[in-house]
Amino acid sequence: MNLNPSDITPAMRSTLAHEQINGAKPKIQVENLNFFYGDNQALHGIDMAIPEKRVTAMIGPSGCGKSTLLRVLNRMYDLYPGQRAQGRVLLDGEDILAKGVRATTVRTRVGMVFQKPTPFPMSIWDNIAYGIKLHENLSKADLEARIEWCLTKAAIWTEVKDRLNRSAIGLSGGQQQRLCIARTIAVKPEVVLLDEPTSALDPISTARIEELIDELKSEFTIVIVTHNMQQAARCSDVTGFFLLGKLIEFEATNDIFLSPKQQKTQDYITGRFG
Amino acid sequence: MNRFQRRLAFDATMQVIATGLALIALAMMAWILVTLVVKGANALSLRIFWLPMGPPDGSGGLANAIVGSFIQVMIATAIAAPVGVLAGTYLSEMGQSSRFGASVRFINDVLLSAPSILIGLFVYDIAVRPFGGYSAIAGSLALSIVILPVVVRSTEDMLRLVPGSLREAAFALGAPQWKVVTSVLWRAGRAGIVTGMLLALARAAGETAPLIFTSLGNGSWSFTLTEPMGSLPAAIYQYASSSSQAWVDLSWAGALVITVGVLVLNIVSRVVLAGAGRK
Repeated sequence: MNLNPSDITPAMRSTLAHEQINGAKPKIQVENLNFFYGDNQALHGIDMAIPEKRVTAMIGPSGCGKSTLLRVLNRMYDLYPGQRAQGRVLLDGEDILAKGVRATTVRTRVGMVFQKPTPFPMSIWDNIAYGIKLHENLSKADLEARIEWCLTKAAIWTEVKDRLNRSAIGLSGGQQQRLCIARTIAVKPEVVLLDEPTSALDPISTARIEELIDELKSEFTIVIVTHNMQQAARCSDVTGFFLLGKLIEFEATNDIFLSPKQQKTQDYITGRFG
Repeated sequence: MNRFQRRLAFDATMQVIATGLALIALAMMAWILVTLVVKGANALSLRIFWLPMGPPDGSGGLANAIVGSFIQVMIATAIAAPVGVLAGTYLSEMGQSSRFGASVRFINDVLLSAPSILIGLFVYDIAVRPFGGYSAIAGSLALSIVILPVVVRSTEDMLRLVPGSLREAAFALGAPQWKVVTSVLWRAGRAGIVTGMLLALARAAGETAPLIFTSLGNGSWSFTLTEPMGSLPAAIYQYASSSSQAWVDLSWAGALVITVGVLVLNIVSRVVLAGAGRK
């Protein structure tokens, strides 16, 4: 195929780059995405291809739009009138922003874990079963198996298996966050979004969650927003650097941290601002 | 005096004034309570819980009024609680920023402070006159209008206190809105919503004005909803202005019964709230 370099759109370039670097096909393709909070534009023409079964990190100073982008990927912004997105977000080639696509369907495929642990005020068992029962009608045995599976996956099974009927509010912060991860993967999403999942946790809990992320990427496509650059360097395969609502650089994590192409990226990761 | 000393002096003065005013308010309430207990204890006996209202010699009790109040308040709660919880949920979850929501909220606030005599007159006009007579069901309806705005308001407030992150977490699992509301938000705000209902119920239990035009009051036993029914506030109203000292004493006893009842409800609601907060 003969392409004139001027014909290559930024979206194509980022797709091409990642296929070369990671050998993974894109799971989510963001094309020319603009996002508005009322009259305030928070994202400007974002193009990126999020590779399947890899960990994609989004870094940047506060207010750069990385969390906003994350909240577009599962249409969480839909809950708030006045917020709107323009452009396309293709999940396996299907535009999830298109009219007629139900947000609940998107959210079933694209799960999310939040900054602060958000256990529901019910038992540990019910916390996990809640999401499963929304979408599937499992027999008691299958439900039990699924709950054990996801709690094991989230590396919390041994700690809670004897108190599944107790309230989830009684768990420690780190345990609550792993419970929330278990709850998210219990509905078997394809993509898991993590919005600063460790910023409210102590270093030991943080290390456990990072190990967990590494384990989960064999089954899920993971996108993580983080303020912690070491964390991005440690657990991601590709990293996007955002500044003032623009995607400045999106490359393999090693390249971003070892040989950033953009001066702004270099300034940020060396701690000159942000 | 330098600035710092002046500030200390001002602080001391304000503390004295604030403490003094708090004491005055407290003293007023204590005065009311002491009067109520002293005068009410006079005629208070187990008899008033067994015997219906009787002749002016004071040989009767208040049992029919107590039971009548109980029945009417329960029916009123059964009418107002579901409507109020659903309306409050609408205001908090669906109509936060719509014009319709804002109008409903405003009207509800007006209703919250509407004079209860007005509610009595309104129900008289729609449920007493057309049907040709006073009835317990009309009384219940009037009380439900007293309860409704309190429940709407407290439900909305309690649901707004549920952290947004919990709401988002439920939506993030792909839950439809009705599921998020019924199984996460109501559960999280349960204690507050129940407390709001109990407080509304306690307020309705002491209302006189909505009842004297609707269920009227009844000197003897009545369990028929389409007939006039006795109620404690109506009995107090009737007895307190009578010339029989025995009846006046009984009305004090009735007032004491209501007050203790409301106090118990308040304590129960606090225990419910604390119990749910601990879990």
